[in-house]
Amino acid sequence: MEEKLLTTADKIIALGREDEQIEIVAVHEQETEIRVYEGEIESFTASESQGVGIRVIQDGRQGMAYAGTLDDQILKETLIEARDNSTFGTYDEFVAIAEPDGVQPVPLNLYNPKLSQFSTEDKIALAKELEKYIRSSDERIVGVESTEYVDSVSASAIVTSSGIRRSSYEGGCYVAASSLASDGKDMQTGFGFSVGRNPELLDIEKAGSQASERATRLLGAKKAQSGRQTVILDPYVTAQFLGIIGSTFSGESLLKGRSLFADREGEQIASKMLTLVDDPTDPEAFTATEVDGEGLASRKNILINKGFLEGFLHNSYTARALKTISTGSAVRSYNSSPGVGALALSLVPGSETQEQLIEGVGNGILIQGVAGLHSGVNPISGDFSAGAEGLQIRNGKLAEPVREITIASTLQRMLLEVQGVGNDLERLPMRSSGVSLVVGDVTVSGV
Amino acid sequence: MIDKELIEQTLAEAVKNGGDFAEVFVEDKQSSSAYFDDGKVEELTSGRDRGAGIRVVVGETTGFAHTADLTQQGLLAAARSASVAAQSKGKQTKVKKLTNAPTPSPNPVLMLPENVEKIKKVELLKRADEMARNQSNAITQVSVRYGDSRRHILVANTDGVFASDDQVRTLFSVACVATGDAGMQTGRESTGRPIGFELFNEYDVDELAERAARRALTKLNARPAPSGTMPVVIGSGGGGVLFHEACGHGLEADLVKKQASVFAGRVGETVANELVTLIDDGTMSKEWGAFAIDDEGRPAQKNTLIEEGRLVDYMWDGLRSRSQGRSSTGNGRRQSYHVLPMVRMTNTYIANGETDPEDIIADTSKGVYVAHLGGGQVNTATGDFVFGMTEAYLIENGEITSPIREGNLIGNGPEVLKQIDALGNDFKMGSPGTCGKDGQGVPVGDGTPTLRVKSMTVGGTAA
Repeated sequence: MEEKLLTTADKIIALGREDEQIEIVAVHEQETEIRVYEGEIESFTASESQGVGIRVIQDGRQGMAYAGTLDDQILKETLIEARDNSTFGTYDEFVAIAEPDGVQPVPLNLYNPKLSQFSTEDKIALAKELEKYIRSSDERIVGVESTEYVDSVSASAIVTSSGIRRSSYEGGCYVAASSLASDGKDMQTGFGFSVGRNPELLDIEKAGSQASERATRLLGAKKAQSGRQTVILDPYVTAQFLGIIGSTFSGESLLKGRSLFADREGEQIASKMLTLVDDPTDPEAFTATEVDGEGLASRKNILINKGFLEGFLHNSYTARALKTISTGSAVRSYNSSPGVGALALSLVPGSETQEQLIEGVGNGILIQGVAGLHSGVNPISGDFSAGAEGLQIRNGKLAEPVREITIASTLQRMLLEVQGVGNDLERLPMRSSGVSLVVGDVTVSGV
Repeated sequence: MIDKELIEQTLAEAVKNGGDFAEVFVEDKQSSSAYFDDGKVEELTSGRDRGAGIRVVVGETTGFAHTADLTQQGLLAAARSASVAAQSKGKQTKVKKLTNAPTPSPNPVLMLPENVEKIKKVELLKRADEMARNQSNAITQVSVRYGDSRRHILVANTDGVFASDDQVRTLFSVACVATGDAGMQTGRESTGRPIGFELFNEYDVDELAERAARRALTKLNARPAPSGTMPVVIGSGGGGVLFHEACGHGLEADLVKKQASVFAGRVGETVANELVTLIDDGTMSKEWGAFAIDDEGRPAQKNTLIEEGRLVDYMWDGLRSRSQGRSSTGNGRRQSYHVLPMVRMTNTYIANGETDPEDIIADTSKGVYVAHLGGGQVNTATGDFVFGMTEAYLIENGEITSPIREGNLIGNGPEVLKQIDALGNDFKMGSPGTCGKDGQGVPVGDGTPTLRVKSMTVGGTAA
């Protein structure tokens, strides 16, 4: 499939004119999704999708067009449409297709043939096993709202008139479930998942006990007292925050004067315990990738080094405009032009377990889940507020559950107030991995 | 799009090995968008996506496959893939004679997007940018987005349904950043309707830009939001998302069926203050969530969900209503042919009340007035919800006073419904929204009159 995508892209590039630059992104994805409910298959989806995005730049003006097909005739029309669109763009001296930069991609081997060899029956069995595990894990589990097994194998190619010609092939799978627990009065939900490059790596027991425990331990939760408190973020919650913090390191927000940390390179912006890296070359990361959205080699970028702001992320456009070099951080799908962002964020883990962190904190709240984080964050001012639930920490031990509270602070203060980083690195089906994180001076609103 | 004979053949292939029901959903979507940022037209994008999704239902199991290949070969192959899950199970189903049913559109479309010159779309962006910047020197950044789409759908199933719709939508939004001594603040405003370019004859881009800029400027002087429980007054048209999240999702039959809703098993019971009547209406002329048929070929309907505080009915799609032996309420929707339909809302609103909105504020000694809410989220099983306030003020001694900065409102759906203790007579629909569920987004509308919730948790940074 990689070859077919490259040839499809080559054919469009060959139609280019002397006075224009062209970039072709072609993707093909096969996905299986199996959902089970009460021991039966609820739905079985086998899908195959493809799409091609074409970006044309002439005289510093850019236009885009895409189509959900690999059909040569439709793609010819799509090229003409992209070319026409480019005539309406405003002239921008920095707009250009990325040039080869000589950096070779780190070979990652992101496809394991076992993924394709695994039979449909075995995939169904995995999902059923997970549901069964959760149902029998605790008598307070009254249902499993959804249990799914999902896998995908995707090929992609990027070919440009500037001489970039790269392709990749990768696969992955996960199981996920959402459970319902009740004690007769109160109802709570919990989720769990496990990710891997092939189904043999999926940990049903871990996903199942997570889904079960997250729901049951919240039963009977009440509001917490309002006030300033120290909180411990569960790895999954930390990962969600990292996603938002990562966006403030984008060269795009820097260029447009929207970054919280503009002009602060080399300064201390976080606790010295904190080292934040974006490393898509780590094959263990769920979103590991050899090339970025413009076809340049992906690379490891350090954003915060022991509390000090080390650097920002750039694609070729923000790099040109800010007179620096691309960090291989172009993010995009085939139907959009390249943006800038983190590809696989992670904190460098500390040495303590979550249990030790809880003991160290003494009194506070373990935040198990947050809601409305995206709508509650202003990434420009840094203010945030999110709905939260979790467990009270009293005398170094987990105590009663709390819900319907909000936690609020600013991203800037939160980074400086980090008082502990856990050793419990968790890979998640998103662009960030998580660890337990102790954050002081958070405003908790409850009663 | 595809002739009837081929559709019949595809349906027959889908149920060849058994199955209770099969459906072919064909979609051809063209879209265009233009983005203006930092004084520049960054780019115009055009997109084309067409294909078909085929599903076969046997008992509680659904098999689904989709294809971008709309030839006979492509459709039959997809039909066979979808039927795998149904293999030799279920009864033998015959395809009923496909009959076209007339489906009235919620409103006419006068100017199709493809007939409008691109330069006209670009000019609107520039005008909005200029207007926003004219509001104040403190407006330091403006981004403007234009988007339109035309989506032809055709739905046919073994029950004999053969329906089609031509859905046009146009959207325009302005986002501003204002810079002051205490940092930067944002303001956003948007409009969207299921009509063509005539949107801009009816709706003034200048006014939209001005409002977005004002929203950002207002917040420059904002104080940190308070924290704790207090009365919250929600302005008309600005807070429908509260009811979309707080109770709309919990009234979707797919979640109810799995007991994943606090409203399961409560039809006929009083679930809200008697002031509250909640309606979901897919037929509302020119509203963002309107359509002629849903994505299962069912005509849009106006459905009363809660009437004077009493739970009347849930929202239903084809799959969930079939198993209950009742009819769908026209709420079966899907993001595209790539995915299965689910129960989704259309335009969800709280019907008008009788109180003068000024009296509601005057009657509140201390609390928060929310003029505009941002996005939100709900856990339907517990009813706990949260959403962001994008424009809000303090209420002190019965008057709206200082603007406050970002903060979340959190609460519990069933509790909030009971806590509504005042309802204004100034009903308005709000901004166009995209509702996300299970990773799929569909266009929805919402609306409310001014109303007061006696007690809700505001999560701000002020102690």
